[in-house]
Amino acid sequence: MPTQYPDILFQQKINKEIKIEPKDWMPEAYRKTNIRQISQHAHSEIVGMLPEGNWISRAPTLKRKAILIAKVQDEAGHGLYLYSAAETLGITRDEMIDDLHCGKAKYSSIFNYPSLTWADMGAIGWLVDGAAILNQVALCRTSYGPYARALVRICKEESFHQRQGFETLLVLSQGTVDQKAMCQDAINRWWWPSLMMFGPKDSESTNNDMGIKWKIKRKTNDELRQNFVDMAAEQVKVLGMSLPDPALQWNEANKKYDFGELNWDEFWKVVKGNGPCNKQRLAARVKAHEDGAWVREAAVAYQRKRKAAVRSSFGEAKEAV
Amino acid sequence: MKTVNLSTYQLTNYLLYLADTNLVLSQRNAEWCGHGPILEQDIAITNISLDLLGQARNFYQYAAVLINQSTNQRAGSEATEDSLAYLRTEREFKNLLITELPRGDWAQTILRQFFCSVYLYLLYEQLQKSKDDQLAAIAGKSIKELTYHIKWSGEWVIRLGDGTDESRQRMLKAIENLWPYTGEFFIPAEFENEAVTGVDLSSLKQPWLQKINTVLEEAVVWSPAFGDGWGEAVFMQTGGKQGIHTEHMGFILAEMQYLQRTYPGAEW
Repeated sequence: MPTQYPDILFQQKINKEIKIEPKDWMPEAYRKTNIRQISQHAHSEIVGMLPEGNWISRAPTLKRKAILIAKVQDEAGHGLYLYSAAETLGITRDEMIDDLHCGKAKYSSIFNYPSLTWADMGAIGWLVDGAAILNQVALCRTSYGPYARALVRICKEESFHQRQGFETLLVLSQGTVDQKAMCQDAINRWWWPSLMMFGPKDSESTNNDMGIKWKIKRKTNDELRQNFVDMAAEQVKVLGMSLPDPALQWNEANKKYDFGELNWDEFWKVVKGNGPCNKQRLAARVKAHEDGAWVREAAVAYQRKRKAAVRSSFGEAKEAV
Repeated sequence: MKTVNLSTYQLTNYLLYLADTNLVLSQRNAEWCGHGPILEQDIAITNISLDLLGQARNFYQYAAVLINQSTNQRAGSEATEDSLAYLRTEREFKNLLITELPRGDWAQTILRQFFCSVYLYLLYEQLQKSKDDQLAAIAGKSIKELTYHIKWSGEWVIRLGDGTDESRQRMLKAIENLWPYTGEFFIPAEFENEAVTGVDLSSLKQPWLQKINTVLEEAVVWSPAFGDGWGEAVFMQTGGKQGIHTEHMGFILAEMQYLQRTYPGAEW
């Protein structure tokens, strides 16, 4: 194959399921799409620490506190691998963080909803992590190698989180009247935003076509959303709770659940920055970054001094010889 | 009602003191989670918070066993790690005052961790030799984690002290703020009976000062313990071990205990 057709070679590799690696030739749009998607995923992990971190100080038992801290810490770890994966495409972590802080880069809209009660820790684990897993399992076979490998690690931990979330709700569902009400309320509030995590309808999504052709995405938004509904509709029965959708019904002919229409006005409102917590989430990230500036500067200054000291002592040693 | 012998009573209170100290410091460090200055350090301080929580749980669980053995608890009202952490009041908490101070800036958080980790390391080293097997085992298990906490926090003390002008100023301020809370480390409470714990508390002071001074010297910052020695000019705050806390304590517990207090008896 003549090398003057790198785009053909590239598509052949994709078709043969050969992973694209950082030093391989790739179309500029493929690079950009991956940077957008991986950095958005990284930002989601980092912003996603906030609604759950919000309950660490109030976790109801020491065991729950330990589990929650470990979970939020896992998310920070996922953020790290993902920033590193994105950096292989020629962007720095600082640039990505600046894009987040100035509003240019997005993160998952789900984290713009508030975590109001302890039951939200369960609902986030079960529904939000559950939806994320479906997205991410589909992505583990994504064509860009570093992203695919990061996702394999992430998926293992996420499925653990989902089980913990479900178990948190299970305990509440078997608890006092207040706890049961807390459990149902959290499901009611997180259900529709979780469905929105799969993005716009296929008919309205702009990123699907090339994403599928380049095998960045492996399933469409609507396919994944349907898988999620089918899964949750069964699991909610174990909790003895209900999903807040009167249209939800098993369709024997399609072997799938039918479900109601999402509130797309709300979807776009939150995406465009006007959800209940968009401003607070971004402000918290910006504040952490700005408050930490002097710490980062000190670390750099210290490093520079050490290097200079090593150089000068090396120089002295040479002179002594 | 069985009579509780004095040494069990003292040991239980001692365990609660160690548990409370670890728990409250863990609670404060966890406030950084999601708000740290750099992602890697956010993970590090949260990890330390998790270690401290684990140590607190070990001490609470052992204290609960002793309490249940020595008193006739009604079924269902036995002491547990959670009843001890969530259902005692601020006057019953015995943590060192330094642990309950606000996290402050990164310099204050780092320096507090360094002071406390060095102290706990020296303490656990002695406790490993305790006649009480369980206490010795918990201390032994914790030492490894503390080795890392000292290394990590010590390196940051040096980095900040010898970094920029601003970081140096902040480190000096942290030393000034925190030093008065270190005297309490070495003043035994009535429950710190050497015959029970196996620790001569006063013997920890010199090694503690030595380690702190070595690091502060490398950080090129002042230590109140340089020159004329220990705390001559500084008034030391005390009271934590006796449950006489700072005004911060009530707020920490109000937040931490909120669910257990609002829904008594619920399982989580």
